Amino acid sequence: MSDDVAEKVIAAIAKMKRIPPKTITLDSSLEELKIDSLDGLNLFFDLEEAFDINIPDEGAKTMRSVRQVVEGLQQLIANKGASNPGTPGQS
Amino acid sequence: MPRCRVAITGLGVISALGRNSGEFWNSISQGISGIGPIELIDRTQLRFQNAAEVHGYRTEDYFAADRISLLDRFCEFGLIAAQEAIRASGIEWTPELRERTAIVTGTATGGQTTEDVAFWDLYRLQRSRVNPLSIAKVMANAVASHISMEYGITGPAFTLSTACSSSNHAIGHAFWMVREGLAALAVTGGSEAPLSFANLKAWEAMRVVSPDTCRPFSKNRTGMILGEGGGMLVLEPWDAARARGAKIFGEIVGFGMSADAHHITSPSSEGAARAVKSALGDAGLPPEMIGYINAHGTGTPANDSTETAVIRSVFGKHADKLAISSTKSMHGHALGAAGAIEAIATVLGLQDGILPPTANYAEPDPECDLDVIPNIPRAAVCEYALSNSFAFGGLNAVLAFRRPVS
Repeated sequence: MSDDVAEKVIAAIAKMKRIPPKTITLDSSLEELKIDSLDGLNLFFDLEEAFDINIPDEGAKTMRSVRQVVEGLQQLIANKGASNPGTPGQS
Repeated sequence: MPRCRVAITGLGVISALGRNSGEFWNSISQGISGIGPIELIDRTQLRFQNAAEVHGYRTEDYFAADRISLLDRFCEFGLIAAQEAIRASGIEWTPELRERTAIVTGTATGGQTTEDVAFWDLYRLQRSRVNPLSIAKVMANAVASHISMEYGITGPAFTLSTACSSSNHAIGHAFWMVREGLAALAVTGGSEAPLSFANLKAWEAMRVVSPDTCRPFSKNRTGMILGEGGGMLVLEPWDAARARGAKIFGEIVGFGMSADAHHITSPSSEGAARAVKSALGDAGLPPEMIGYINAHGTGTPANDSTETAVIRSVFGKHADKLAISSTKSMHGHALGAAGAIEAIATVLGLQDGILPPTANYAEPDPECDLDVIPNIPRAAVCEYALSNSFAFGGLNAVLAFRRPVS
């Protein structure tokens, strides 16, 4: 599961930034990958669609590296179903 | 024709803080915020819950039945503000004056509420047709057109749309037209009604809206709060206003604008600083003459620290003597109406000698280390003030005001 999430996150970043996936590691920071605030919005939007989850604003702010994105998503995927993803004020 | 001084002889506003300028100023001058739960639409599918809404507003309280079908909510707000402003000006219309009066309005998204309804009908309800007046209700210039028809104003009339700077650009151009003798009178301002479901979902996706409230310049700020409403001013040459014995609320003395040429959503301090300097230059004012700035102050982490850097770069040591506040903490961010609503807060503040506070302020931020009038309105006589608008897309517009002094 974790490999699958990591693979999809790296693939999404590679597609967005038009760079080879092998240049992206779990330890890469989003800043190093030149993902600015707008890229970040698009990335989280793509990942929400891909995993059918809702990334809260506060959660998005703490995702600064590929590893943090992957771990954050794993948490949200694990919680999926436990609570309504559309619950307001979840952040 | 020589330049003339430009008097503000009428103002009108409708917002979360009230249906007219008296109610508005009563709230602003006491630091009361109009931010609360959204009631206009079902908010259960939104991540954020609050906005600065004109609660309990009913179209039929303001407009005759035959007119309602022609008006989007943004247009109604613009018209209500214009009606109050023109009534307050006490202007007596003549055919010549109607021909020499300009109307310049601003809005960011115009009648998008009407568009939302039309799309719902088509895509969701599978209807085969939409309301035949949709185009006339959606168009951004609807406010300017309806003002011209209501008062028979036949001079230059147009609409500017520069996102959150729309109203300041509109007022600035109307000011220049009156100052340079291109118009004998101007009705100018802006309106916005952004609280439709699709538009709120779009703002949600931008991740800039606070989950609770707007705390500009406070370290624990978490974003902006959307607002709706309209604000309008009547402008005319100072001497003409004096000659007819009009009440003068204040004076516009300068206007400056610039483009960042930087990023579609991230602000640039250099671009905004050029707009502030340009407004001071247009007014012929040294920075030390400014006493108060009504900040753009959206309450997002990026805007407020950048705006602080802008003010420090333009004003140098004088920055520590300036009083600054964001009234968006009370009336929300009304986007294309923001500049007009904030112009009215600024003008009434200068006139009454009460500077509006930054409401909801909780915690000093070293990156916003200016005197932001936290929470408590301040009695202070200032002669000159600025009002900043820095839009998405990097388009900046700054107005300079003077309290009414003969």
